[in-house]
Amino acid sequence: MRNVWIICRKELGSYFASPVAYILLIMFGVIFGFFFWNALGAFVFESIQSQMSGRSFPMNLNEWIIRPLLSNVSVIGLFFIPMITMRLFAEEKRTGTIELLATSPVRDIEIILGKWLASVLLYACLLLFTAINFAFLFKYGHPDWKPLLVGYLGLLLQAGALLAIGTFISTLTKNQIIAGAVTFGVCLLLWVLEWVSGYETANWARVLAYMSVIKHFESFAKGVLDSKDAIFYITVIFLGLFFTARSMESLRWRS
Amino acid sequence: MISVKQLTKRYARTTAVDQISFEVVKGQIVGFLGPNGAGKTTTMRMLTCFLPPSSGTANVAGFDVLEQPLEVKKRIGYLPETPPIYPEMATYEYLRFVGKLKGLRGPELEKRIDYVCGRCAIADVKAKLLGKLSKGYRQRVGLAQAIIHNPDVLILDEPTAGLDPKQINETRDLIKDLAGEHTIILSTHILPEVEQTCEQVVIINKGKLVATDSVRNLQARARGAESVRVEVAGRNGSIETSLVQHKLEQVTGVSRVLYKEQLDGRAVFEVESGKGRLLRGDLARAVVESGWDLNELRPSAMSLEEVFLQLTGTEQVSETEKPEEVQA
Repeated sequence: MRNVWIICRKELGSYFASPVAYILLIMFGVIFGFFFWNALGAFVFESIQSQMSGRSFPMNLNEWIIRPLLSNVSVIGLFFIPMITMRLFAEEKRTGTIELLATSPVRDIEIILGKWLASVLLYACLLLFTAINFAFLFKYGHPDWKPLLVGYLGLLLQAGALLAIGTFISTLTKNQIIAGAVTFGVCLLLWVLEWVSGYETANWARVLAYMSVIKHFESFAKGVLDSKDAIFYITVIFLGLFFTARSMESLRWRS
Repeated sequence: MISVKQLTKRYARTTAVDQISFEVVKGQIVGFLGPNGAGKTTTMRMLTCFLPPSSGTANVAGFDVLEQPLEVKKRIGYLPETPPIYPEMATYEYLRFVGKLKGLRGPELEKRIDYVCGRCAIADVKAKLLGKLSKGYRQRVGLAQAIIHNPDVLILDEPTAGLDPKQINETRDLIKDLAGEHTIILSTHILPEVEQTCEQVVIINKGKLVATDSVRNLQARARGAESVRVEVAGRNGSIETSLVQHKLEQVTGVSRVLYKEQLDGRAVFEVESGKGRLLRGDLARAVVESGWDLNELRPSAMSLEEVFLQLTGTEQVSETEKPEEVQA
């Protein structure tokens, strides 16, 4: 466990020593800020409209702003995750520092967990930006905080799953660009898989739709903690890290 | 301290290391000698548990590399061919990271960092980013990281490759200095390096063990024959090479005369003598007495290829190298 933390600290240090972390944070902050501003604008516009029409109906901050924004974040995340994971192993393989890690008295799984944990923590830093925006809702309104918390848990679980897949892909090459591009492709595919359920109801289509990472976030966005969806993400995390471990092992036998 | 038995590494199409066996006694410096692609790096990677052997066993500091890799890793320090440094880290930060990785902590860690910084002369770049350091400094930081946990065994892959002559000397001195405390294996393809730093030599070629011997014995073997480079110039600007060659061959003790090249009126020969004969004087006399000018007469260093030639008894050492081991 101590070794996991040592590796994790080093990875976080690398993120923040290079411009990578800052650029991701700024980009994410700007993009999410725009989404937030838009959602808020629409909310204000709608509430004025409903008052002017005379038949005002209650509008809920959770339902109108927090839920759609959380869904947006889960999609924006797809674009940021490849940029977080692409260097994890590819860079170490390119510069040869993987030899240092692999010949230190550390287990492979500790290296993998440390790196994955660092990527999750960086993603959590991105989420902090959304929290700054949401804080204004709490200052000027009274949204329910429990669904928001469940939403964040869902975002972290979903990102954890995609980051595990990205970590695995990063072990397959020593070229960061390839790792990033492939991870992006896989993330995108895992998003759109659910579309088949729109016109096809056969079993294979249901299986494909079930594999869609975004689909499982819907319950979290509503503020519902559904163990079925949580278990899906945890399974993907486990599988991703398991394949990463196998990939590292095969690296030794092949190279 | 290190015992290697029938160690073999096979890849899909090639055998990089083929049934190598040797022993290293505690406290020795062993030179691992071989041309590029001979299997030096692969062997070292197996000793450091980076690569698992296909067959055979290696025992390092009392532990088997396959059975107890973690125990082996605790007791070895490894410097790969390119120092494994993170360019975005400062020297101190890097040594702290590696030290922790190797199980050091607290005041002990700080003590070791100070110690290796002094030992490897990198104290003045402690706060500098590794990416900004010169090649020589990087190499020394690489060495510092290898010895930070005071390992029983040090494995250094071409520690002087790519350094300038001054840095090479400093690195060699440092390695010799470290020998008392650690058992050291260092690989190189430079013969004089082995002569200067090592006590014991393991020579491999094309994945096979060629010889394992003490440096003194190897030198005796290699120096059995002397090879001299002779440059002869004609008086009137032209020279009859076959005549000169004939004359040189007639000097007693000469076993072979090789014609090398001709450059405007000067001819260069490589003269080999039989065992234990020094005949530079005789050669000079022969040239001058025949009315030519002697431009140059110098013993040519026995190259690694020639040592191989002698040790393996093959006529030529193939120039085609095996594909370099794939970087992991």
